[in-house]
Amino acid sequence: MNRELACRDHWAGWNVAAAGRNVCLLVVVAMFCLGPLGWQILASVKPDEELVRLPPLVPTRLTAAHYERVLFHSSLVQALINSAVVATGTTVLALMLGSCCAFALARLPIRGRPMILGAILMASMFPPIAIISPLYLTMREMGLRDSLIALGLAHTVHALPLTIWLLTVAFRQLPRELYHAARVDGCTPLKALLTVVLPPARPGLAVAGLLTFIHSWNEFMFALTLTASDTARTAPVAIALFPGLHDIPWGDLAAASIIVTLPVAGLAAFFSRHLIGGLTAGSVKG
Amino acid sequence: MRIEGLEKRIGTAAILYSLDLTVEDGEFFVLVGPSGCGKSTLLHLLAGLDRPTSGRILFDGRDITDLDPRERDVALVFQTYALYPHMTVRDNLSFPLRVQKKTSRLDRAMIEDEVRRMAGVLGLDTLLDRRPQELSGGQRQRVALGRALIRKPRLFLLDEPLSNLDAQLRAAMRAELRRLHEKFKVTTVYVTHDQSEALTMGDRLGVLHGGALRQVGNPREVYDRPADVFVAGFVGYPPMNLFDARMEEGTITAGPLRFPLPTETSTIAPGRMVTVGVRPEDIAVGPATEEKTGRAVQGIVRLVEPAWPIAWVTVELSDSDKAVTIVGVTIPGYLPKIGEAVVVETGREALHLFDPVTGRRYGFPS
Repeated sequence: MNRELACRDHWAGWNVAAAGRNVCLLVVVAMFCLGPLGWQILASVKPDEELVRLPPLVPTRLTAAHYERVLFHSSLVQALINSAVVATGTTVLALMLGSCCAFALARLPIRGRPMILGAILMASMFPPIAIISPLYLTMREMGLRDSLIALGLAHTVHALPLTIWLLTVAFRQLPRELYHAARVDGCTPLKALLTVVLPPARPGLAVAGLLTFIHSWNEFMFALTLTASDTARTAPVAIALFPGLHDIPWGDLAAASIIVTLPVAGLAAFFSRHLIGGLTAGSVKG
Repeated sequence: MRIEGLEKRIGTAAILYSLDLTVEDGEFFVLVGPSGCGKSTLLHLLAGLDRPTSGRILFDGRDITDLDPRERDVALVFQTYALYPHMTVRDNLSFPLRVQKKTSRLDRAMIEDEVRRMAGVLGLDTLLDRRPQELSGGQRQRVALGRALIRKPRLFLLDEPLSNLDAQLRAAMRAELRRLHEKFKVTTVYVTHDQSEALTMGDRLGVLHGGALRQVGNPREVYDRPADVFVAGFVGYPPMNLFDARMEEGTITAGPLRFPLPTETSTIAPGRMVTVGVRPEDIAVGPATEEKTGRAVQGIVRLVEPAWPIAWVTVELSDSDKAVTIVGVTIPGYLPKIGEAVVVETGREALHLFDPVTGRRYGFPS
């Protein structure tokens, strides 16, 4: 009974015109965001002869030829493996270094903390193009050119400022007493960080890790500059090298794009659970 | 445990001034003071979470001022409990033991035993597999106590552990804390802003104000002979009446109030001003119709706070030149109304006299 009443009240406040407007707006936004993705999906299953023609928008028959070609007759799989290695390595390294650094900035008594944080922020605003040639020269001197290590290091350095900022904020939101309690209970600062500070900060770690991973997975410029062969090329570079001298394989490009998007989308979906906070609830009076 | 000349400064501001204090082995010492008086800073210094600017902290004669918290064997219970949110009650309780030891199989069985024993003492047996967020305030409090006591620390520090509980639970936990103290006999420093907690719980108590210890003594001493105006006004509820009065030949006068001179005032010259303190329970308020004795003064009731079976009454006493407002207690069975005329009476033994400039008690050894 109460529920019915509540429903009726709810619907009574429902303005049809406003609702229509909202729906239209949402459709437009959705078209804007998902339109290109939809186009890619369509293109990836269209037969070659329909690809450069319009109509038909919707393919007259579906084909898996593009997927077959990129998966079995191109370097994409090797590139995907490279991407996964680089992105995973970058994420792990950035989280490890970033959490130590962020923890120090958030909790330990450090002189000039605001200046350090400001410097980190400035570093993250530096355009990558400005450092790419010195970076290239450095990597070549160290003999790391065309290796996954070089790429991982470059990505880590580039991702660290944001990681540190995100994690500093995440650690600051935890009650200071948690760390103090662990110290009094007999932990060293590092052990306190590992056992008591990191677990409740999981949502923050998930956000920072996810952003780092996606950034590394999608990164193009460093990957293009620092790699030279299929052994080290990542997926975005590999796709960019698909076009031949005379033709552009639109279908293959579309199929490869979809394949490259899937892992990241999957990760985001999986971690969305962790992205919602609330793990600290109950550690202090709630 | 002894503290010698402990000081803490942050920038130029001094949080604690040269503090000297000795807490006996097995004693339940209560540190009481208003917010911002430096209580928590002192606890952090004792626990090793912070370093003093100067001074020393000694446990059993050993200087531990610069030791890391984990080398001190000190346990601390936080106002917010600071339970580890991602661990069960069992893991929270065993955490200090697990951190201390390289866990072998044998140790693990021993730790489990300790956890069970502690859970039994605190009535947490059925809750061992819950997470902190699934517990009530009182249960969380008990887990925090258990986590602190499980490794039998040499010094047990409590930072306002009861202030997040409701009144009923607080009373129960007070008794529980005393019981635990009797059982484990750990030297305890208990910090609170609640003077009634300090009076009821402590073997001894220290009143901290503005970063300095104003008085240290057992509850009776502090209550009966407060060292200065601050302690007088802070300890006891309702707070002590404090007002300025003039020394005259044979009496102390404040507006219409006239008190016979207490014996310790012989050193104060007539004509000087003093600060007089009288506890509300030493001021009897009765109906105005009663026959007046020599010391009784008539006044008007301004506020009535019933606390059955008595009531605290704020009375305004006035004569031609000066009005004094004091709080007194009604004689049993009498409940005046606001605006009613009453008679107020007090005895000479109830007076506390303070120097109006320094705030120190007259005749108090400094």
